[in-house]
Amino acid sequence: MLSYIIRRIFYMIVVLLVLSVVSFFIIQLPPGDFLTAFIENMRAQGTVVSEEQILSLKKYYGLDQPMYLQYLKWLGNLLQGDLGQSFQWNQPVTELIKERLALTVTISLISLVLTYLIAIPIGIYSATHQYSLGDYAFTVFGFMGLATPNFLLALVLMFVLYKYAGWSVGGLFSPEYVVAPWSLAKVVDLLKHLPIPLVVIGTAGTAWTIRVMRGCLLDELKKQYVITARSKGLNERSLLIKYPIRIAINPVISTIGGLLPTIISGATLTSIVISLPTIGPLLLRALRAQDMFLAGSMLMLLSALGIIGNLISDMLLVAIDPRIRFENQE
Amino acid sequence: MTSEVPVPAAVETAADEAYFTASSWTLMRRNLVKHRLAILGGSVLALLYLTGVIAPGFFSTHDFGQRNNDYILSPVQRIRVLHEGRPHRPFVYGLATSRDPETFRRIYVVDKEAVFPIRLLVRGGDYKLLGIFPANIHLLGVEDPGVMFLFGTDELGRDLYSRTLHGARISLTIGLVGVAISFILGCLLGGISGYFGGAADMLIQRVIEFFGSIPTLPLWMALAAAVPTAWPPIRIYFMITVILSIVGWTGLARVVRGKILQLREEDYVLSAKISNTGEMRIIGKHLLPGFMSYLIVHLTLAVPSMILGETALSFIGIGLRPPAVSWGVLLQQAQNIRTVALSPWLLIPALFVVLTVLCFNFLGDGLRDAADPYK
Repeated sequence: MLSYIIRRIFYMIVVLLVLSVVSFFIIQLPPGDFLTAFIENMRAQGTVVSEEQILSLKKYYGLDQPMYLQYLKWLGNLLQGDLGQSFQWNQPVTELIKERLALTVTISLISLVLTYLIAIPIGIYSATHQYSLGDYAFTVFGFMGLATPNFLLALVLMFVLYKYAGWSVGGLFSPEYVVAPWSLAKVVDLLKHLPIPLVVIGTAGTAWTIRVMRGCLLDELKKQYVITARSKGLNERSLLIKYPIRIAINPVISTIGGLLPTIISGATLTSIVISLPTIGPLLLRALRAQDMFLAGSMLMLLSALGIIGNLISDMLLVAIDPRIRFENQE
Repeated sequence: MTSEVPVPAAVETAADEAYFTASSWTLMRRNLVKHRLAILGGSVLALLYLTGVIAPGFFSTHDFGQRNNDYILSPVQRIRVLHEGRPHRPFVYGLATSRDPETFRRIYVVDKEAVFPIRLLVRGGDYKLLGIFPANIHLLGVEDPGVMFLFGTDELGRDLYSRTLHGARISLTIGLVGVAISFILGCLLGGISGYFGGAADMLIQRVIEFFGSIPTLPLWMALAAAVPTAWPPIRIYFMITVILSIVGWTGLARVVRGKILQLREEDYVLSAKISNTGEMRIIGKHLLPGFMSYLIVHLTLAVPSMILGETALSFIGIGLRPPAVSWGVLLQQAQNIRTVALSPWLLIPALFVVLTVLCFNFLGDGLRDAADPYK
């Protein structure tokens, strides 16, 4: 068990290294480097950029060095927690994204937990009441939820709320709390703003999980051990909880690895539409402005979240499923 | 001991006979036809592809790029069948414009005096059928000076109905082209991975897991942002499909690998090996047809995510850009919630996105149930 975990962690580190290369490569893709774009931008706006400034900037970022050295330098700083300097904002990247990253993680995790809390019971209900009115209703919801892209749901919700309730939805905080330091009042304010983003981000995942849970449980319910248990007079509720659900829930747990990246993706787009102070809108701006270190770091961190999620789901599976546990012991 | 098994043929009816001799494709088709939602989804998709991809010019009522300065953000014109309480052939009322005295916003009023009957096969703006044959016949239209904006108009007074039809050309084909690229990559890499195993399998599996664990959208965004804006639309279109396929092939490769692992143990593969058949020929000739049906199911279900990907990227402005027309590009105008509140019809292209994805899901579900006719 321990050796398995160590192996997985080692493997994760390798993946993260590969990821850093990929991130670095991707942000180098646009023609010209960010400095040229930056200087052009400044000049277009009428700001005078002196030669010394350019040189010192080049030197600071090691742009006069070959590509692999630039990468190594970036990686070295990354490992020390220094994500470089954002051009557009003229601030350390770490400063810029610290709070946004925390909010992204919080929102993603709450969405994930809510998704499971809502989807698993509904999936069980749908499977045990197959072809009932409720099952049909949830099936329709499932299909609609999967077919409606996040940002459209956000748009429609915003439109309905604006038109019929007069609410202007957007952001995570009321204006007076945006720059205020963290306090109890600010947390309460955050909680008030959370429901709509959570609904938008969570719908697709919930729809998907309901389908998976329903399908798996239906497969299990047909099996003979369930019939045996039932014929022996076991009451339906404890029968369900004790046997088929425990088996049917495995695929659902193993989807955490896939669900977390999906939720992060959804959260990125949703945040852009309802302008949440998370990574999403900042990433879009950074990409447009070729703000390389900022974009690269965010791409790297978002992806790392997904990879860590994968590891956690594998660990959970090992903990829940004895078959996997024993297989790994050999 | 050789006990005789009772011969089932003795009790077979003609229907059983037809069932036993039918090819697996025939059985699949029969199963699919029984799946009502799948048939519905397939039919709607056929209609969308016909009107949007094959002949948008014929089905549209206006030239999709034509700006009608007199009708900026005109609301949806309803098709009516009652005029002054009496039945009338389908028609639209004319639109009269005035200004809001306070905000100076243009207001449209239905002019109940002006009746414009909808005519079939009218001559209108020029277009090219299939991009080749010049034509000017439109399925529906009204006579001048009447206008018919079935979905309203956008900020430049362009007919949203015609634009939605034309947008389908990009939105609906990008999924197919992307899936085609993923298909080739997925079959090739998944095939190699499953068939040869060993180091190649190990490497490809890691790559698949890698793509599976990074969030798709930020990756797509980063890649799409790297596409130079100055490129011609057709090149951007191609790059976007490639970007969408970069993630898309992994799911397919996984299906191919799993099936190949299962099939390569079959006797007929062994006999092919013994007769010194080449590796690639075994994969292509003996293994791939064995799970073609699963591939088709997977492809059908992969199209919607590509369509959604394009829509999302174009919507946030780093995918396709005007003057290219796609559903995502059309939705760019709906980004501002105040605009949407005043002109909700700008969200109509979104309905088409949802409808298309829903239909692909229904069709894929039906195909999945039909894919294994011997179950």
